[in-house]
Amino acid sequence: MTSDTVHAAPRRTEAASRGAPPRRRGRRLGDLPIALAFVLPAALGFVLFYLWPTLRAFYLSLTQYNVLTPPRFIGLDNYERLLGDHLFWNALVVTAEYVVINIGVQTVMSVLLAVLMHRLTRSMFVRGVVLLPFLVANVVVALVWFWMLDYQLGIVNQGLEWLGVDRLAFFGESELAIPTIALVNTWRHVGYTALLIFAGLQMIPSSVYEAAAIDGAGEWRIFWRVTLPLLRPVMALVMVLTVIGSFQVFDTVAVTTGGGPINATRVIYYYIYDLAFTRFHFGYAAALSSVLFVLLAGVAYLQLRLSRAGESDLKGS
Amino acid sequence: MAVTSPRSGRLPWGRIAGWAVLVVVMIVTLFPFYWMLRTSFSSTRSLAAGATDLLPVDFTLGAYRRVLGLSSTAEAVAEGGSSGTVSFWLFLRNSIVVATVTTAGQVFFSAMAAYAFARMRWPGRDAVFMLFLTALMVPPIFTTLPNFILIKDLGLLNTYLGIVLPHLLMTPFAVFFLRQFFLGVNASLEEAARIDGAGHVRIFFRIILPVNKAPIATLAILTYITSWNDYFWPLLVGKDESVRVLTVALGIFRSQTPQGSPDWAGLMAATLFAALPMIILFTMLGRRVIDSIGYTGVK
Repeated sequence: MTSDTVHAAPRRTEAASRGAPPRRRGRRLGDLPIALAFVLPAALGFVLFYLWPTLRAFYLSLTQYNVLTPPRFIGLDNYERLLGDHLFWNALVVTAEYVVINIGVQTVMSVLLAVLMHRLTRSMFVRGVVLLPFLVANVVVALVWFWMLDYQLGIVNQGLEWLGVDRLAFFGESELAIPTIALVNTWRHVGYTALLIFAGLQMIPSSVYEAAAIDGAGEWRIFWRVTLPLLRPVMALVMVLTVIGSFQVFDTVAVTTGGGPINATRVIYYYIYDLAFTRFHFGYAAALSSVLFVLLAGVAYLQLRLSRAGESDLKGS
Repeated sequence: MAVTSPRSGRLPWGRIAGWAVLVVVMIVTLFPFYWMLRTSFSSTRSLAAGATDLLPVDFTLGAYRRVLGLSSTAEAVAEGGSSGTVSFWLFLRNSIVVATVTTAGQVFFSAMAAYAFARMRWPGRDAVFMLFLTALMVPPIFTTLPNFILIKDLGLLNTYLGIVLPHLLMTPFAVFFLRQFFLGVNASLEEAARIDGAGHVRIFFRIILPVNKAPIATLAILTYITSWNDYFWPLLVGKDESVRVLTVALGIFRSQTPQGSPDWAGLMAATLFAALPMIILFTMLGRRVIDSIGYTGVK
């Protein structure tokens, strides 16, 4: 009951982080019967839709299964097949390219945006505007940009033409499609990410900034020497969340390119979807999603290790 | 970069540059919404002629009439739409049903579990809670394949129940989030109620839920938005028109529009129609939604 409350939600938790209030009849079973009744619906949901499918997915990855006939156990064949599947490797490369562009641009822009908001304004209007794209569906965002980036009539290409630059087939050209999708999703997420970082900035005591100002530090120095180091624990969490989310890109691809042109945007999620739901290779798709699972767990672990997320520089000072 | 100018002269150049960047960001953020609006009131046939016009080209409500199933085939084709009829009212209803049921169920059942984890003493409590938490690590696609098979085996494909069921009873995040807040409720409130003879059910409804109105509302808003915007799961289990939600309908509408000359006005009208409820919700609850982002950030 102590270690699992570390990242406690704000403010009111300190009062009772020791857990349940002491009860007078200290029998061994405590509140067991009534507790079971309270936990039952959630436990049912957990077992049916999280625990059981997790185990089942690992099992299915060891089978050949097309949904219509019962799964046939084939050991590690699916995994062996993965190694030689150039579409799998292609999906990994394409997804990695997407994640790097998406996270790279998004992180820099959201830190910039968060710091700007923090130093300039407390306006709820500004915060509301930057959050707006996050509240509409991926599908909506994808379609609006699909229209704005259209080769013939899209306003962006009209603008390029006006500038005397050649038109670009943003979604239609292999080299452009992934960067385009990555930037479209950056547009949707940058405000949200900036607000997460902004919340972190607000936890930095203003005395730190006052001290830096008294020392004559300019904004540039303050940013690099004070803000960024103190933001590290928050950044670590934000990075883990956004990177893991980024690996799961699907919606935008599904409604714009459908994996094309020629597999250029066939990201892992889309490939799994394609295998399972258009070709009915459920076992093979499960193997692929197991690999994704391990990959994501590894990425999260590495990130947390590298950024030493648990420690805060504030505690020492 | 902008706010970084080291020394301020007469004019606070750093601040001005900073604001300039902010304004540009806001314009880039808002412009696509305006463009959606502008296109949706245009006639698809005329868009080519006025591709850069800032106002609707050849103003018409035709796109909305097409999307809401109000225009005749001849009318639709004349404005560059397709001849098939759709009614986004139906999909709006489906989205409302799905998001509302999911939110109500998930928040309520997760709150019950969170109460048992936070305020009751029973053997195995912490172990069970930790087990719940590990589910946070599992990427959604991993459970999606078996869940699809389960829903299919239960005969629930293309039913509301099939769409809502996986998230109806709990999500690990919801339980975790609410438990954190329930832990913080002042124990003396509970003690007083207990002395008055109140049991756990009464305490849950009369104290825990009312006292935690704010975090519960926050969670409900986040759940509603997530559910409304979800595409992958309803695409798998709810393609049928009778239960098709707005996101899925948009994808299908887009794939049905002719490749050579898409019905852009119709597509944008449909897109705006699908986004509007979230935008309205946001303008009504603005501050609360914005604060909820901060809440989840420090989780």
